Amino acid sequence: MKKPVLERPVLLDVQGITRLYGPAKGCEAIDFQLHAGEVLGIVGESGSGKSTLLRVLAGLEAPDAGQVLYRRQADDAGGEDAELDLYAIGEARRRALLRLEWGLVHQNPRDGLRMGVSAGANIGERLMAQGQRHYGQLRASGQAWMRQVELDPGRIDDAPRTFSGGMQQRLQIARTLVTRPRLVFMDEPTGGLDVSVQARLLDMLRTLVRQLGLSVVLVTHDLAVARLLAHRLLVMRRGQVVETGLTDQILDDPQHEYTQLLVSSVLTP
Amino acid sequence: MLSETGASPKRARPRLTVAGLHKRFLLHGQGGVEIDVMRDLSLTLQAGECLVLAGRSGIGKSTLLKMLYGDYRIDQGRIRLHFDDGDLDLETLPTYAWHGLRRDVIGYVSQFLRVVPRVAAVDVVMEPLLARGADEADSRQRAETLLARLNLPERLWQLPPGTFSGGEQQRVNIARGFIGEHPLLLLDEPTASLDAANRDVVIALIGEAKARGTAMLGIFHDEDVRERVADRLLPLDGSLGGLSNASQPCRESLS
Amino acid sequence: MNGYNFAYLDEQTKRMIRRALLKAVAIPGYQVPFGGREMPMPYGWGTGGVQLTASILGADDILKVIDQGADDTTNAVSIRHFFQRVAGVETTTATTAADVIQTRHRIPETPLRAGQILVFQVPIPEPLRFIEPSEQETRLMHALEEYGVMHVKLYEDIARYGHIATTYAYPVKVDGRYVMDPSPIPKFDNPKLDGNPALMLFGAGREKRLYAIPPYTRVESLDFEDHPFEVQRWEHACALCGSDHSYLDEVITDDQGGRMFVCSDTDYCQSRRGEVA
Repeated sequence: MKKPVLERPVLLDVQGITRLYGPAKGCEAIDFQLHAGEVLGIVGESGSGKSTLLRVLAGLEAPDAGQVLYRRQADDAGGEDAELDLYAIGEARRRALLRLEWGLVHQNPRDGLRMGVSAGANIGERLMAQGQRHYGQLRASGQAWMRQVELDPGRIDDAPRTFSGGMQQRLQIARTLVTRPRLVFMDEPTGGLDVSVQARLLDMLRTLVRQLGLSVVLVTHDLAVARLLAHRLLVMRRGQVVETGLTDQILDDPQHEYTQLLVSSVLTP
Repeated sequence: MLSETGASPKRARPRLTVAGLHKRFLLHGQGGVEIDVMRDLSLTLQAGECLVLAGRSGIGKSTLLKMLYGDYRIDQGRIRLHFDDGDLDLETLPTYAWHGLRRDVIGYVSQFLRVVPRVAAVDVVMEPLLARGADEADSRQRAETLLARLNLPERLWQLPPGTFSGGEQQRVNIARGFIGEHPLLLLDEPTASLDAANRDVVIALIGEAKARGTAMLGIFHDEDVRERVADRLLPLDGSLGGLSNASQPCRESLS
Repeated sequence: MNGYNFAYLDEQTKRMIRRALLKAVAIPGYQVPFGGREMPMPYGWGTGGVQLTASILGADDILKVIDQGADDTTNAVSIRHFFQRVAGVETTTATTAADVIQTRHRIPETPLRAGQILVFQVPIPEPLRFIEPSEQETRLMHALEEYGVMHVKLYEDIARYGHIATTYAYPVKVDGRYVMDPSPIPKFDNPKLDGNPALMLFGAGREKRLYAIPPYTRVESLDFEDHPFEVQRWEHACALCGSDHSYLDEVITDDQGGRMFVCSDTDYCQSRRGEVA
């Protein structure tokens, strides 16, 4: 038997990211690497700085210090720089990167959707931004993606506000993934949903991650969600990472005092 | 073939060696109490062999399996996997590599089924194959074959296993564990809640896995099963358990 | 007229607006902010166009003012009288005779020539405003050419009506760069924007923005490959001049539902009738 190929290229190299609004408010000196095909969970309580970190990683908020380096795959780079320093490149390039190669799924689908236009237009927007100018093809992509996220393609012309919360979240995911981003950031993607709807969404996210080979940075306060989606976890507290490791290790064999407290505080029905 | 002599090369060398393994839990919440649960554990496991962990009940035999599977950190000692083209040390394996290792090399049948709620049993079982990029129709067929063999009624296949009985969940778990045909398989009480007929199926599955060259490390309380599957017993009373009887220091709240 | 500077605005203001216009001409389709002045008429009555006209008008220029194509509607008449009084310039209704034409919602049917200037009155200069309320964000979107949302609007039209239902203020891309609102002209007039020999200036009084299309500039109407841009067509010809190729207004003629279709461009219609007669 041959040794398995376990090496994965680094996709995101985060070095010394600090973004503080006040003492212990925000995130401080964060280092980690995200490898291709990995789902990295960032867990912690409200106010631990995980959302601030996500905003910095996702290109929405410049850090006070540190670098976010995106190492593009050779086939994406197309002769361009293989490594992009997210906050050193110009705003135009950064926004294009966020729009075309990356994706962001907001906790509240209203933040990620255009509520006033149809489901089809929501899904098609990123494609149109890429320059697709064929209505029939845009529509076909819209319907295919609605099927993929288990929405009725017959509702392609309905406005998102006529959808339930879970359906809106699936629509947001379709809208984000339609350009097949390499890297997706998710902020509590199952946060505001009913438990029964959560389960279906979790299963769908797992399937999409597998089928599309996505690399994901997932922020959640829900350790059960982290267990089911994330390969690896960063535990944050007061703006700092207190422990990192394989998801099962963090949850079954926590080392840090805070992690032990966090894990043992979970209610089980 | 080239110069194969005597025994098959699969059996000629170990698949797994564990040397000087220690495990200690430090419980901050309980005044920083430290519990040694494993001391100086060593073992060798050959391809095609089923090694059964033996020892008093409740001394934490699962701890070893969990360390091998990456659930527990390796404090001290060495866990080495052997391949034709080299070795792999798990205690120094970068975290990101575990995901691929579990997908391709190490399989685990745990005592409890942990899955996304509301996912159909058959989808739960086939997931390890899909994770490797296998064809969906083929994977489904293999999953159904295994579930049928384990006598899980067909009407349950499309239902999520959350509401199944203990024995039914256990069989879903076994099918999921065996379907991937991992070269190293960790078995934690796979027959605990099964009836005699299904125990026989699991024993047959273990036998087939041995024939494929799978190296297995297992915990079996049922003496009859143990005798039928074990090639060797590994006595652990000397290296497991210890200062206290707290074998599961951390709540398995998410199990 | 005593007490007023030529063309109402003081020279400093005109200079400021001309500088803004030079910038607008240099960056076709780009919205240039300018320090709009209070004019002796309400917003919405053409204060943007009037300030532009006042700034570029010379004593020898001949001015034409149209509203929806007509020289004889209230807005056109009052603006024409305004400039007759405050600038004393000669006015005309003949498109060919005019040096400066201020317009609301139309481009004359008679082709313009080099040297003429067409001044548009603009209510909402920002074509992205319908989808993005933040001015800061729309400026950034222009700067970075993030124009995907413009097609979202057209997509919605097709999804809802089966065709692009936007019939006026139809968005255009100027010189392959800036997406621009051509003011609420019917899309029928959009092809006249492309490669026009005249200079076209756009003024929004309330929003204090101006922009320009220099002569002979490429102007494309946004569309989809399988739903190409099309202009309106009529089954009728003009009831007065018989034109089958101009933009027609439907006019109700009595209380019994009588109606007729006539050219919206009164000068064009009259000159055709003159030729025919």
